[in-house]
Amino acid sequence: MGLVIFKISILLYIVSSAVYILYVFLQKKAMHRIAHTLLWLGFCNHTLFIVSDYAELGQMPVQTLHGTLSIFAWAIAFIFLVFHIRFKLMVLGAFVGPLITFLSIVSYALPGKPATVSPLFKSLWLTVHIITSFVGNAAFAIACVVGILYLIQEGEIKEKRQGFFYRRLPSLKLLDSMGYACIIVGFPMLTAGILTGSIYSQLVWGRYWSWDPKEVWSGITWILYAILLHERLTVGWQGRRAAVMSILGFSVLLFTFFGVNFLLKGHHAVFTKW
Amino acid sequence: MQIVLIGLNHKTASIEVRERLAFLPHEVKSALKEIRGSSWISEVILLSTCNRVEFLLTTQNVSGAIDTVKSFLAGYKDTPVEVFEKALYVFQGDDAVRHIFRVASSLDSMVVGEPQILGQIKSAYREAVELRTSGPILNRLLHKTFSVAKQVRRETGIGDGAVSVSYAAVELARKIFGELKGKAILLIGAGEMAELAVDHLRRCGAKSISVANRTFEKGVALAQRFNGKAISMAEISEHLAHVDIVISSTGAGHYILVRDHLKGLMRRRKNRPIFFIDIAVPRDIDPEINRVSNIYVYDIDDLKGVIEENLNEREKEALKGERIIETATIRFRSWLLSLDVVPTIVAIRQKLEDIRQAELKKTFSTLKTASPEDRKAIERLTISMINKIMHDPILFLKDCEHKENVRSLYIDVSRKLFNLDETQE
Repeated sequence: MGLVIFKISILLYIVSSAVYILYVFLQKKAMHRIAHTLLWLGFCNHTLFIVSDYAELGQMPVQTLHGTLSIFAWAIAFIFLVFHIRFKLMVLGAFVGPLITFLSIVSYALPGKPATVSPLFKSLWLTVHIITSFVGNAAFAIACVVGILYLIQEGEIKEKRQGFFYRRLPSLKLLDSMGYACIIVGFPMLTAGILTGSIYSQLVWGRYWSWDPKEVWSGITWILYAILLHERLTVGWQGRRAAVMSILGFSVLLFTFFGVNFLLKGHHAVFTKW
Repeated sequence: MQIVLIGLNHKTASIEVRERLAFLPHEVKSALKEIRGSSWISEVILLSTCNRVEFLLTTQNVSGAIDTVKSFLAGYKDTPVEVFEKALYVFQGDDAVRHIFRVASSLDSMVVGEPQILGQIKSAYREAVELRTSGPILNRLLHKTFSVAKQVRRETGIGDGAVSVSYAAVELARKIFGELKGKAILLIGAGEMAELAVDHLRRCGAKSISVANRTFEKGVALAQRFNGKAISMAEISEHLAHVDIVISSTGAGHYILVRDHLKGLMRRRKNRPIFFIDIAVPRDIDPEINRVSNIYVYDIDDLKGVIEENLNEREKEALKGERIIETATIRFRSWLLSLDVVPTIVAIRQKLEDIRQAELKKTFSTLKTASPEDRKAIERLTISMINKIMHDPILFLKDCEHKENVRSLYIDVSRKLFNLDETQE
């Protein structure tokens, strides 16, 4: 049953992404409306899928790579939809939509969730840890995409090309503020994720911090974004440098998310391995 | 009834010819009245702008109408026909309809997509309506023209992208800063284009204008105009920390700002972007400065490049506009053709009614003994005869409204059968 719901979501994501991309080329506002509505439907449906899994397992379904990718896709859709209300970056869907679709499809192709979850994992701290971490990561993912768009648009203006992207992308100011807003949301979420995770760790293993590779890399990611925020507030790191840092930060984050699990060992390993 | 458009524009006539033939606002009225007096012309509208003089009219006799317009133009403007004859173009039927659609949609303009022309056509039409020189066909055509022009503007990007240097500068500033509200501007030097750009920026909400000029008094005068303040040339480097957009247009023969002047600037600005618009030739601002992060430098050639790009883009959009116009032209043609059936029927009825009245008059004048009841009976008799006779021809005519290929032929035959067009003249 659950997988059928997920399948519908994926279908909606696919069509939505296709229409978003079409919108970038044809610039018909109606197309954007259609794509955006479809994404909302896909997202709501996806929420239903996750909630039903949660009800069944008693915990967020993140015990396998199948689950984590699905939740990551969901969180990106969530942040994207929320940020759209404020920034209305019309062409962003053509980039984020396919990302959500891709993650969902990979998730769907991987083996499903476990039948039961060990009681060890049934803790509210852990639930909060999972949600904040994923939402934070999603915000950073959007910041990265927006950062790439910033670099494209800046290139167009600096090189004095009035090409395809110049016409379709919004002002540098808007891209920069949106990237900043993503970091502003992502950073407290990441912080909360790390804090709740260590509280949970204290409850279960009796220590807040165990120098697990995942923890170390999360710490590195946190420091990176902390530097970005600090520099922005004090010296005014904005524009190009902020965009580059957002992209860099997300690359490190991706390594923390996947790389650590595949290359290094640690107690998070199983979640993002199949 | 044929729709005919006779005129000349910037593509066919030189400025000397155009200015000789252009109608001043107060001349349009008398011109319309005079030309309407011609027996060849049933409806007429006169459009006169700095780029074109065009007569849009309906006529039964195309060559007669063309000659009328030519001799009218020659007479009214006191110009021999030879001077403008070569520049004249004449469009008939669909071509005339298409042309007025294209003109109104600004596809035929010197700068494709410029918005003024639609307003000019509207006021030309208003004049014609006031003087009643426009009738059912042109009324319909002009209303269609306005809606087509709006559709083209709405559905294509024909009006997108700046096509003047000062607007191109504003557009770029928008792409960098988004909102221009509250942005600070520094104008270095003076000059029409630069001042125009400042005006545009101010209209977009830019605030606090400062002016630097080699002659301080000039700077003060200019600053007053913009409600800003004057600074000396020596203060520029220092002042850069507080402005967002710099427009430079001095007569200096060398760079007045080079990279060295900007040392530490971005640190003081907290990396807030700054946009240099260099309109001067030779250039005022070292293009090297464009390499600094968050600084953007555009010189006059760059801006012209932007304009050219926008014009190309408009040309591409114009093709979409042509498609819209083609559809509208076809639709108008079918309306016009369907219109022909109705006046034909009306004309036939009128002719029979005239005959009936004439014959009744003749009969009653000899039939002195007939009682009022008898007269009424005879009246009724003639009416019902006409109705019975007309019944099938009318059905036939109405029916051929839907037969695209033979319609004009049938209407033509019908008119000849009843000799309608001879009697009209």
